Amino acid sequence: MKAMRDAWGDKLVELGRKDPRTVVLDGDLANSTKADKFAKAHPDRFFQMGIAEQNLIGVAAGLASLGYVPWTSSFTVFFTHRAIDPIRMLVAQSHANVKIVGSYSGLLIGAVGKTHLDIQDLAIMRAMPDMTVLAPADNTELLAMMDWANEVDGPVYLRIVRDPVPDVVQAGHTFRPGAVYELRQGTDVALVGTGAQTGRLLTVHDQLLTEGISAAVVHVPCLKPLDADGLRDPLSGFELVVTAEEHSVYGGLGGLVAETLTAAGPSPRIERIGIDDSWGESAPNDFMLEKHGLSPERITARVRAALRAPVRN
Amino acid sequence: MTTDVIAEQPDLPHLAQQARWEVIRTVTNSKAGHIGGPLSMMDLLISLYFRELNIRPQEPHWPDRDRFILSKGHAAIGLYAVLALRGFLPIDELATFDKGDSRLQGHPDVTRLPGLDASTGSLGQGLSVGVGMALGAQLGARDFHTWVLLGDGEIQEGMVWEAVQVASRYRLSNLTAIVDRNGLQQFGLPSSTETTGTDRGDRRDPWFGVDLAAVFQAFGWRVLEIDGHDYAQIGNAYRLARAGDVTARPTVIIAHTVKGKGLSLAEGVHTWHSIVPSAEDFEKARQELDPEEINLLDQHEHDTHGRHQELEPLTQKDGAPA
Repeated sequence: MKAMRDAWGDKLVELGRKDPRTVVLDGDLANSTKADKFAKAHPDRFFQMGIAEQNLIGVAAGLASLGYVPWTSSFTVFFTHRAIDPIRMLVAQSHANVKIVGSYSGLLIGAVGKTHLDIQDLAIMRAMPDMTVLAPADNTELLAMMDWANEVDGPVYLRIVRDPVPDVVQAGHTFRPGAVYELRQGTDVALVGTGAQTGRLLTVHDQLLTEGISAAVVHVPCLKPLDADGLRDPLSGFELVVTAEEHSVYGGLGGLVAETLTAAGPSPRIERIGIDDSWGESAPNDFMLEKHGLSPERITARVRAALRAPVRN
Repeated sequence: MTTDVIAEQPDLPHLAQQARWEVIRTVTNSKAGHIGGPLSMMDLLISLYFRELNIRPQEPHWPDRDRFILSKGHAAIGLYAVLALRGFLPIDELATFDKGDSRLQGHPDVTRLPGLDASTGSLGQGLSVGVGMALGAQLGARDFHTWVLLGDGEIQEGMVWEAVQVASRYRLSNLTAIVDRNGLQQFGLPSSTETTGTDRGDRRDPWFGVDLAAVFQAFGWRVLEIDGHDYAQIGNAYRLARAGDVTARPTVIIAHTVKGKGLSLAEGVHTWHSIVPSAEDFEKARQELDPEEINLLDQHEHDTHGRHQELEPLTQKDGAPA
């Protein structure tokens, strides 16, 4: 199975071949993010900006103003934290055609610890006017998003993960901004995921089924813009909605679902699973998922308990 | 090669004076904006827009135009005044500055006003955009020049120095930075004989004790140091900058200026950084700067009224050709 970052790097090479507007700016991490594939294939259109992410974003905005389509390469956290002011003014406020790609997003980033974990990127980027916020579930969806982003004139934030992820969407999947996908139908509980977490919810669905619990699985790959009715429809009629994401429980997918459902009248109970107002640590993937309640086993147990718990009025 | 009609020999000092008056008048009228910075950079900007830049006011998005970024975005009203005199917008439109639904925002907004090449305001970011434009020009073998005007206060921001090192590494001789070296910043009260003995360095020139020219040189830039109010020096520096450097270094023009230049009340006075002039001060400024007033007093042949008509706006409000 190909790692998502390799799929990204290969796709950049393809875009570079098909579209002369494609340029890539790296913050000295190309061999980690796999933007190095582009550097080898199209060296004239690869720019090494060094360990200076604010400037990287500004240079990308300058290139975009000339008609190039810049894709950026660094770890998520250095864009959404260190370079957030240039992203705000030079990209989002300026409607610059820059594709900000955060590699090593989520909690599974190779045991580097809280300094490199970005548990807030979705909250930050969702609150950024004019920004499209994307979190693909698998490689197929990633490639469809990149094709779309290459054609659309405007800022895009794309959140990709380091490691291989299981297939979630069907081959031939096309990306539509704002669309929400009902991957499994169910009657007892609705599970909502984004990014690589959605794949784990499919495992949860199968496990619950063996226990006689029917769970819907809804995938939100585009946190902004959002087709609000497209999210409400598959969630209507449920008394319990569970969101799960490799992100803080504040302001990301859980926040999005709560905001969207409560805006339309009485809302079901919403359990938000994510990292719970703490910073994370250096640890293997399994440890991180287990500790923060995102492993299929922990989510299954939480759904089971939530279905038994009385609703408080 | 200029591509639109401007006077063969534009009277730069008079244009600068008129632009300074528009700044004072607009800030007073809108009760918002900055004065000290726009005035210190005005001779640099007038020289650039009336002598140096390859631009087409009637075609602000002309792809081969020189790029200009006012990185010290808080001096926006100074740029708007120059753009208006140069024909990018009607002079009357200056009255909408900061008033809501205006193309003339408190800081330059590239999404609103044709003729701007970047949004600025959060300081220290413009040079990076200029590096991107210069890199893109190199990549696409396009021969426009990119100019970025920086404040000597704003280059305290670290991001500027990220851009500085990348520009020399990529040998961007098609990029010129101009530093408006007025020596004052918003709360940078200059040292005085009373304070020198007691302060810890917080009441100082932004670069007290630092040799800025040496710093840029050490970063691999070609440095030209000039009097930013001397039109001959400014013009020569611009021509040298555009001609490029034999070793392909980017150029920085360190232009020594006086904050508030051209208005005696404001010259060298840090409190005029951002201020709405009182009625009394406005009247004094009018007597010093208003072309109408000067026409009455001045026995010279300068007919600033006539020039006003000659520089009739070439674009409409939406930026379309008139």
